[in-house]
Amino acid sequence: MSHTFVRIVHVSLFIPCLTDQLFPETGMNMVRVLERVGVRVTYDRRQTCCGQPAFNTGYHDESRRLAMHFLDIFDGDGAEYIVAPSGSCATMVTVFYGDLLSLPPEYREKAGRVRERVREFTSFLVDIMHVEDVGAAFSSRVTVHDSCHALRELHIKQQPRTLLRAVRGLQLVEMDEAERCCGFGGTFSVKHADISTAMLEEKVASIERSGAAVVTGVDSSCLMQIDGMLRRRGLPVRTMHIADILASEAA
Amino acid sequence: MSTPTPIVPEHFKQLVGERIHDDALRGNIRRATRTSLEKRLAVISDYDDWEELRSLGYDIKRHVIDHLPYYLKKFEHAAAAAGAVVHFATDAAEAREIVHGLAVQRGGPVIVKSKSMTTEEIGLTHALEDAGIRTVETDLGEYIVQLAKEPPSHITAPALHKSRAEIGRLFADMLGIAYTDDPEELTAIARRLLREDFLAADVGISGVNFAIAESGTLCIVENEGNVRLSTGLPKTHIAVMGMEKLLPDMESLGLFLNLLGRSATGQRLTCYTSLITGPRRPNERDGPDEVHIVILDNGRSRMMRDPHLREALFCIRCGACMNVCPVYQSIGGHGYGSVYSGPIGSIITPVFYGEKRSRALPFASSLCGACAEICPVKIDIHHHLLWWRKSMVGSGDAPRSERLMMRIFLAISRRPALFDLAGRIARLFTPLLRDGDGGISVPVWRGSRSFPAPPKKSFKQLWRHHEQRS
Repeated sequence: MSHTFVRIVHVSLFIPCLTDQLFPETGMNMVRVLERVGVRVTYDRRQTCCGQPAFNTGYHDESRRLAMHFLDIFDGDGAEYIVAPSGSCATMVTVFYGDLLSLPPEYREKAGRVRERVREFTSFLVDIMHVEDVGAAFSSRVTVHDSCHALRELHIKQQPRTLLRAVRGLQLVEMDEAERCCGFGGTFSVKHADISTAMLEEKVASIERSGAAVVTGVDSSCLMQIDGMLRRRGLPVRTMHIADILASEAA
Repeated sequence: MSTPTPIVPEHFKQLVGERIHDDALRGNIRRATRTSLEKRLAVISDYDDWEELRSLGYDIKRHVIDHLPYYLKKFEHAAAAAGAVVHFATDAAEAREIVHGLAVQRGGPVIVKSKSMTTEEIGLTHALEDAGIRTVETDLGEYIVQLAKEPPSHITAPALHKSRAEIGRLFADMLGIAYTDDPEELTAIARRLLREDFLAADVGISGVNFAIAESGTLCIVENEGNVRLSTGLPKTHIAVMGMEKLLPDMESLGLFLNLLGRSATGQRLTCYTSLITGPRRPNERDGPDEVHIVILDNGRSRMMRDPHLREALFCIRCGACMNVCPVYQSIGGHGYGSVYSGPIGSIITPVFYGEKRSRALPFASSLCGACAEICPVKIDIHHHLLWWRKSMVGSGDAPRSERLMMRIFLAISRRPALFDLAGRIARLFTPLLRDGDGGISVPVWRGSRSFPAPPKKSFKQLWRHHEQRS
C-alpha cells in the first residue's frame, strides 16, 4: 500500500461558545475521533459565538454582527469542511444565516460559501467520511435524544444511531417520544421557565422508562438541560455527548 | 371563589401559571392529542406520497393567496350567480354588524350556530347574545364549552381539555339532569335539547372550510350532522369565512379534504361533507331561502402583502400543530389566552389582536419545529415565530434589562480576547455558587434542575495543550 496516495481531509473546527466554556472535553473528544479517522484538524482561536442566542431571542442586529465575525474567520480558511459538535449551531449557519438574518450583500456571498462546508459532527462522519465504526468501545445501555434542530432542519436521525451501533459493548435502546423537545430552547428556558420544566419532566420520564444508563445526543445544550434534572433528582442516568462515547476506547 | 383570569393573550403568564401544575388538565390534553396523532399516523400511511401531497397543498394555497383578489372576485360572481348574497367585512366589528343586522331583520326565537373559528375570532356569539338574541352552539364540543362559559381550547376539538366526568358534572349542574358520564347518554341529551332549537330557528350561522371560486360553492366538513341542520333547516343561512378560505376548483377540493380530515382527526373523510351552492332552487325540497356569505378581512390583507406573514394564510385550521406541540400539550389552548391557540395561533394572533397585547406568544416556544413538520400545507411556523420575535424586539417591545444583556453579550463576543477573559472570570467565581448536586441553582427553575458549573479549563486552553503535544 506504500504507493497509494491517501487524500487527507482537512476540517476546521467550529466550537460553539457553550462547548468552549462548559463542555470543552466534548470538543476535545470530537477532535480525537476526527483524528482517529484520519482527518487533519485545525482550529481558529478567534471564534466565539455564532450568534444564535441573540437571533433566537429576536436580536437580529446583535446576531448579525456575530455572524459577520464568524464568516470573516471561516470564509477562505482553506479547510474542506467546518465541523461542529452541535446540530443547533450548524443550523444557525446553514439555515438562519440565509434569508432570516438579512446579512449585507458581501456577507451573503460569504455565508453562501461557508454554509456549503458546515456539517454537524455525526453527519460529517457518516455522510461525508462514510465511516460507521470509529473503533470505540463503551459498555452501557444507551438511548438517544433527537435534538430538534439536528432532526428537523438537518435531518439527522440515523447518523448517531449508525455510529453507536458500531460501538463495542454498547446496547442501543430507544426511548418513547425520542423526537419530543426537551424544553431547552435557549432563552425560552428562562423566559418561560415553567413550560420548559414541564417539557423537561416528560423527557426525563421517557428516559427513565427506556431503562438506559446513559442518554446521548448531538447537542450539548439539550443534554445540559436534561442533565440538570437527572442530577437534581439523583437519578441513576447520566448524559454524554455522542463525541464523548465515540472517543471511548476499551480500557 | 376567586374570579378567573380573563382568557386574553396579555395574561399569558398568569394563564400558564394557573394551568402548568394541573396534572388532571395535562392528562386530558395529552390523552386527547396523542389519540389524534396516532389516528393521523394510521391514515396518512395510506399514501406513499403524503409528503408530495403536502407540497401540492402548499403550492395550491400559495397560488390562491398570490392571486387572492382574482379568486375573490371569481367566487363573488359565481356565488351571486347561484343566488347567494356576498358581503365583505374589513374588520371584526363590521362583520358582527352585518350578521347582527341580518339576524335582527329575520327575527326568530333563537339562532343555531355550527362550529366556526372565524366567528370566534370576531366574537360573534357574545355580540349576538349581548344584543339579546339567543344563540346556541350546536357542535357537541362547542355546546359543552358554551355551557361552561368558556372559549374553545382547540381549533377542531373545542372541549378537548375536559374529561368525561367533568362534562357529566357540567351537564348535571347546568341542565338540571341526573349525573352521568356515559358519552352516548350525554350526546343523546344534547341532541334532544338541540333538536328543539333547530326546529325553532329562522337563522343558522356556520363557518366555512373551503370556498370554491369557480362555482361559488361553500364546503363544510363535520361529524355530527349539526352543520347540515344549521345550514339547511332555517330559512336563512349566514356563512362567515376568512378571505383566505378560497380554493380554485372542485379538483383541488379533493386534495384538501384529504389533507384536512387526515391531519385534523385522523379521518379519511369526515362523516358529513356539505357542499352548498346558493339557496334552495325552485325545484328543490330542502335548503334555506337565502344564503348570505360574509367574507372577512380583519388583517388578512396585511398578511397577504407581507412576505413574512403570507404563509400563515395557507392554514386550513386542522389543529395538527397543536396536537404535536409540546407547549400546547403542557398548557392547553386556554393557556395561550388567544382565540387561535398553539403554534399557528402564536403567529396569527399578533395580526388579529395587536402586537403589543400578544407579545408573549411568539416567545412561548422552544422553536422545536414539530409544528412545521406536521403542517399539511408546510407552513414554516417556527420560522414565522422567529420573525415575530425580531419584529417585536425591533419595535421596542422588549425589557430594558434584556436589551442591556444582549448588548453586553455582543460587546464581549465580538472580541475573542475579552470573550476568553470573561470565561476565565466566570470560572473563577462560579464554583462558589455550586450547591448540593455540584450544579448552580437558577431561581426561575424553582429547584427543578441545575445549571452546570463551568470546568477548570475552556476548550481554547485544552486545544493549546493538544497543539503543543502534537
